[in-house]
Amino acid sequence: MAILGFLIRRILTGIVVVWLVATGAFFLFFARPVDTVAHQLAGHAATPQVINLVIRNLGLDQPIMVQYWHFLDGLLHGNLGYSYFNQEPVDTMLKQDLPPTASLVFGGVVLWLVAGLTVGIISATRARSLFDRFSNVAVLIGLSMPVFVIGELLILVVFVPLNQHGFTWIQTGYSGPSNGLGVWTGHMILPWITLAAVQAAVYTRLSRGQLLDTLGEDYIRTARAKGLSERRVIFRHGVRAALTPVVSQLGVDVGQLLGGVVVVEAVFGLGGLGQVSVQAIDTDNLPVIIGFVIIAAAFVVVANIIVDLVYALLDPRVRIA
Amino acid sequence: MSEPRASTGTASTPAVAAGDDLVRVENLVKHFPVRTGGLIRRTVGQVQAVDDVSLSIPRGKTLGLVGETGSGKSTFARCVAGLIPVTSGKVIFDGRDITNLSRGAMRPVRREIQMIFQDPYSSLNPRRRVGAIIGDPFAIHNTATGAERKRQVQELMERVGLNPEHYNRFPAEFSGGQRQRIGVARALALKPKLIICDEPVSALDVSIQAQVLNLLADLQRDYGLSYLFIAHDLEVVRHVSDSVAVMYLGRIGESGPKDPVYNSPRHPYTAALLSAAPAADPETAAARQRIILTGDVPSPIDPPSGCRFHPRCPKAEAVCSQQEPPLEAKAGDVATHLAACHFPVQAGENLAAAGRSELT
Amino acid sequence: MSVTGLEFAGQETAASEGALDAGAAKVEGRSQWQLTWRRLRQDKVAMAALVVIGIMILLALLAPAFASLTHHPPNVAFPNTGEDAAGNPVGPGTAGFWLGTDGTGRDLFVRILYGARISLFVGFVTTAIGAVAGVAVGLMAGYFGGVVDTVLARFTDAVLAFPYVVLALALAVVLGPSLTVIMGVIAFFSWAAIARIVRGQTLSIKEKEYIEAARSLGAGPFRIMIFDILPNLLAPVLVLATLYIPTAVVFEATLSYLGLGIQPPVASWGNIMSDAQNFYQTSWWYVVFPALALLITTLAFNLLGDGIRDAMDPRTERVFAAGRGRRKRRGKRQVLADGQSEVSHVAPYVPPAEGS
Repeated sequence: MAILGFLIRRILTGIVVVWLVATGAFFLFFARPVDTVAHQLAGHAATPQVINLVIRNLGLDQPIMVQYWHFLDGLLHGNLGYSYFNQEPVDTMLKQDLPPTASLVFGGVVLWLVAGLTVGIISATRARSLFDRFSNVAVLIGLSMPVFVIGELLILVVFVPLNQHGFTWIQTGYSGPSNGLGVWTGHMILPWITLAAVQAAVYTRLSRGQLLDTLGEDYIRTARAKGLSERRVIFRHGVRAALTPVVSQLGVDVGQLLGGVVVVEAVFGLGGLGQVSVQAIDTDNLPVIIGFVIIAAAFVVVANIIVDLVYALLDPRVRIA
Repeated sequence: MSEPRASTGTASTPAVAAGDDLVRVENLVKHFPVRTGGLIRRTVGQVQAVDDVSLSIPRGKTLGLVGETGSGKSTFARCVAGLIPVTSGKVIFDGRDITNLSRGAMRPVRREIQMIFQDPYSSLNPRRRVGAIIGDPFAIHNTATGAERKRQVQELMERVGLNPEHYNRFPAEFSGGQRQRIGVARALALKPKLIICDEPVSALDVSIQAQVLNLLADLQRDYGLSYLFIAHDLEVVRHVSDSVAVMYLGRIGESGPKDPVYNSPRHPYTAALLSAAPAADPETAAARQRIILTGDVPSPIDPPSGCRFHPRCPKAEAVCSQQEPPLEAKAGDVATHLAACHFPVQAGENLAAAGRSELT
Repeated sequence: MSVTGLEFAGQETAASEGALDAGAAKVEGRSQWQLTWRRLRQDKVAMAALVVIGIMILLALLAPAFASLTHHPPNVAFPNTGEDAAGNPVGPGTAGFWLGTDGTGRDLFVRILYGARISLFVGFVTTAIGAVAGVAVGLMAGYFGGVVDTVLARFTDAVLAFPYVVLALALAVVLGPSLTVIMGVIAFFSWAAIARIVRGQTLSIKEKEYIEAARSLGAGPFRIMIFDILPNLLAPVLVLATLYIPTAVVFEATLSYLGLGIQPPVASWGNIMSDAQNFYQTSWWYVVFPALALLITTLAFNLLGDGIRDAMDPRTERVFAAGRGRRKRRGKRQVLADGQSEVSHVAPYVPPAEGS
């Protein structure tokens, strides 16, 4: 039951955070001289008539607080604004762009957690072995590489040669799971690896270090002395304790994850939320960007709540707080 | 020449001219709140570190404060030095009430009260050179700069027995005893009136202890310093002090001039401590019977009722758990020799034979 | 190690102390930095990394020299010599282009060098800003505690968790993408990472006895922070800063790649690779060489940072210290003669209190 209270408190805080972010974004974009805003919204080649139209339609000449009120009102109704450039409401656009992003995030996170933790655990239990040294080097390289470099190198080294030799399973661009899981994976496998690579390196190092420290603790020695099998010792006792800092690190890394998503989408042309938002810069498409900002904030908040829940599950001391 | 004295809160304060006492502590109480962790921090208890202690130190004299770990002596010292705020009571230094002064008001006072710490390894900043460490007081209080500061620092180094050419060394390059000397030099820099020594020799080798203690004695003689000397080793305290106070769980058990307390202790705790101290003469050592205290030191959060020592006391009776004994002079003693006990130890009494009486 | 470097617990007499002093007078005290540098010099990997970084800096500084040497200014296209019949870039070694050309026929090598200028500049400057700001915030949060700490610490955490892309996007829209926007975004995040660690260190240093001693002398909080705590922080901060530089470099490259930062025709490794996307079928060098430049730079700084960390505290594991912060290995506490760690020292000899 304490978890319920905990959950409610976090959700409320989360709502406040999203609201704050939305407000911040709104004022950042719209609290500028009316002409600048209108000009930006209407597009580079707009004539003065179009600009006036935009000003009137969007109510840009109204006092800022009135505009803000309309904005909030719209938000609560799920209306994120209208993109002149695309001639579509923003939320429609963003909904269309959600599937690639969702696929990417899902696969990427799973891959990075699995790879990172597995390699980390194996490295820790076989410290200084060949595997360990090899993984250490891989980690160092992984940590040093920007995401987009990995992506482009993968394309260059994997995608291009394979395609040139007739193996077309791996493709760039997006294709949803509804088109067949095999096709989906073929399109997503390189993006997943790219997204996961750097983070996996971070988590490998983190979990390895944590596990090494935990395994050096006295209570592990006790567990072994009790006669528990090594596997039990490691998983039941060692990993659980070592996992908590990893989980808390996850919460902080959601921000990095978003960045990675945007970059990977750009590299592989997946056309998800991230890529669309970045393209919106070129066209000064304010509504889309605001929409993205709010969704990103919501995502970060939800992810953090989930992470906190998992953390509370792992560490009983936290639950009452 | 008056002896340092202690008193309880209820008894009247000793009638001594303020000019004689450099420091007078009246009814000092220091409690630390115990809070639960988590989101809502409630105070669920108090650590009664110092509970109604009154002591005084005359000019140029040394008061030795003895007690086990957890008796509150270090906390008491820091209260006197103004390093931690006092829950209630008064600290009067040189006629001025310095209890809980603001940092600004306390600043001039700090020139006159200095501290020497126990651990020679952690009381000096390992990243700073020794000259800078000793020169700190001059820098903080703006009393000397540049070449003049260096000269004074080197003078101090010489006075405490260090080579002034080591001005630019790091603390790590000195031995434990030398580091304590650095600490002494630092404390001496501004010519204070009172130096609080918090177990200054406990971390040192016995042969070095003697050197440092002799240094402290010389400095007292030369500069008229007063010391509050805290230790758990009775023999060391005997060597340096003019008068002694024994603390147990935040309260004074016994106090008075050195000789009466050491020769005829009245409080069973003092007697037990004395019996445990090593004797140089093997015959005396063989003849002496150790009084062995049973039980653990209780927690200062929940101290025993009445006399705090009663659960471990070989002489305890029912009244000991009900009434706190007043700190007063016992029959046949000098007026300044005070003890807080319902059944003080009499001359010739053998506590080792008394055994342990179970208390309900 | 010299004789004076060893701790003598329990073996002194007045005479031996005098003898120690006589012998010691010949050897001057070595500071922590001198000792660290000595250890670092023996670390071949770190030294190699340092050399590589030095070469990088040199090349970046000499970029204009190379431009005139090859007669290929960075922003000038050479469609005749620099593109093949199909309008694609030419490979390394052709027609005087050492590493080939890019999509519009510009000299790739020269552009990479100019990109290095930007990357290194951004890396160093934002890290410097971040270090100063981070130390200030971390010190105050750690030392003052209470409300100050809560506010600062929460703020630091919020900044750390903030998705950088969102901020970069927002600023790029409002201000237009530019070098200033990038530096602002990176600096905004750089201080947070350092502040968090500094705060942790300050919290533990605050409890040391020498801090209490300083307070008992009458030192005010700022004096204590600057003279007593800060010297103990410089070592970890240096390591953090060195390790943050590659992050900043990658940051800049990523943002430029996305089009949120340095705009073409100004060369940045990020926007070079962004354009290279269109040519990976035909011109591998266009992708590979800027990638290599990035990789070498970040790898070098990472290795140097690890090397410095090890040189300062030889007990941590070689190259990969456990976890994000340093953790002390069990069972390996040694006496360090230069007193680098306040934790490891031989336990003082305490004479027993009881006789019998």
